[in-house]
Amino acid sequence: MFGLFRISAAINGVALLVVIYFLAIRGWRAINWTFLTQPPIDSMTKGGILPCIIGTLCLSIGAIAVAMPIGVASAIYLNEYARPGRIVRLIRLGINNLAGVPSVVFGLFGLAFFVVYLKMGVSILAGSLTLGALTLPVIIGSTEEALRAVPDTYREASLGLGATKWQTIYRVVLPTALPGILTGAILGISRAAGETAPIMFTAAVFFTPSLPTSIFDEIMALPYHIYVLATAGTDIEATRPLQYGTALVLIALVLGLNLIAIIYRSRLRKNR
Amino acid sequence: MQNSLKMSAEDLDFYYGDFHALHGIALEFYENQVTALIGPSGCGKSTLLRCLNRMNDLIPYSRVDGKILLDGDDIYDSNVDVVALRRHVGMVFQKPNPFPKSIFENVAYGLRVNGMKDKSFLAERVETSLKQAALWDEVKERLYDSALGLSGGQQQRLCIARAMAVEPEVLLMDEPASALDPIATQKIEELIHQLKDTYTIIIVTHNMQQAARVSDVTAFFYLGKLIEVDQTETIFTRPKLQETSDYITGRFG
Repeated sequence: MFGLFRISAAINGVALLVVIYFLAIRGWRAINWTFLTQPPIDSMTKGGILPCIIGTLCLSIGAIAVAMPIGVASAIYLNEYARPGRIVRLIRLGINNLAGVPSVVFGLFGLAFFVVYLKMGVSILAGSLTLGALTLPVIIGSTEEALRAVPDTYREASLGLGATKWQTIYRVVLPTALPGILTGAILGISRAAGETAPIMFTAAVFFTPSLPTSIFDEIMALPYHIYVLATAGTDIEATRPLQYGTALVLIALVLGLNLIAIIYRSRLRKNR
Repeated sequence: MQNSLKMSAEDLDFYYGDFHALHGIALEFYENQVTALIGPSGCGKSTLLRCLNRMNDLIPYSRVDGKILLDGDDIYDSNVDVVALRRHVGMVFQKPNPFPKSIFENVAYGLRVNGMKDKSFLAERVETSLKQAALWDEVKERLYDSALGLSGGQQQRLCIARAMAVEPEVLLMDEPASALDPIATQKIEELIHQLKDTYTIIIVTHNMQQAARVSDVTAFFYLGKLIEVDQTETIFTRPKLQETSDYITGRFG
């Protein structure tokens, strides 16, 4: 029985390695300095993917910038201030359902609401807001968990010293919960960076050689670029290495972002 | 020695939802005295203690009837600032609960949340408080190390220093030594002896010997009622009621 559990667990690790191996084998030849620092040329059959890298970075950071404040504030309200009751149950129901909504629905919502109704156009801003809405439940969930893990004795000690509720949250609860909150941010960023459907109507375009100069610019993005090259490119077969190379860069970017957050988190824990 | 009245409970009732935890408690606490609250688990002694700085406000569906006076003013009056009250009535908890911050920051916390920014004042007060708590010599070399690296007994003395740094007038202690070994317990008890020169101390304890050693007045609680209160010596040698005698001699509880 124990062996079965171990095999189940091992499958996860193996799956990740297989994915990375598969991408690396097929994509590593495409990766070179030009690929990382130049825009695509010749109808995207040659050149690099710089606009996509920049675009995905912008969207990920934008999504976190949208989702972190709202998500953390929501979690603080739910966990620290709200008295259990019907309203809180309703809010939680909403959050849980938000987590279950397919990402393409978020894309359509973003198109209808941010792009068209609020007249943001296809832009980094509209894409960030859409991705932010998508990552909100992840951030709220992990922040709430982190807040619940802060012992009540810390809150009591702080209040007992004449701190206000907000001082208690700001000076004791949040710093203690920060590593857990960052874990949520990591998951959120990873999710946002890899999503395709929410940005294809709201932020990403087929091709643009120029880099964005404002949040109202449309951009290219790694996941959408892969999708375009693999399904609608001018020469799908010839660009296979480019597709795998782009996928490899995307994976590296996500893992890199995760790594930075993990290192930061473990440094925080050590400084206790 | 005639001590002046510092705090008193008048006809105090407390409810956790439907559970009637305290019944008409009337009890007086005097300056520069240690009052021990004793009684079996669930008798309401901790509940009373936590009413004295309104820590019970945090418990949903709880309710208080009656009065608690601090220097003659009812702390449950609607215009009382609870945050300010807790600066006057400090608390040390059952388990040592230092913040996951440095030793210095733990002691300075109460001052910082009061808006104190003067560095030399903070440093001075931290040193004084740690000395009062008999911890200074053990930690002066590592004030900026994490408080979580201290032993349990040191952590509890740190919590006492932290409570004293805001210069409260009353110090509430909820079984402050129950999680500590005998040597650490002895240190805490010696500390209580010294602190009563400055503070009004109210201590909840499960340990009869401890109550006898540290307190001037002892109040015995049973099933949410105050059964008997008297000079500690009297309570432990000539209690008036059979129940008190039974509990003290260990026949129940």
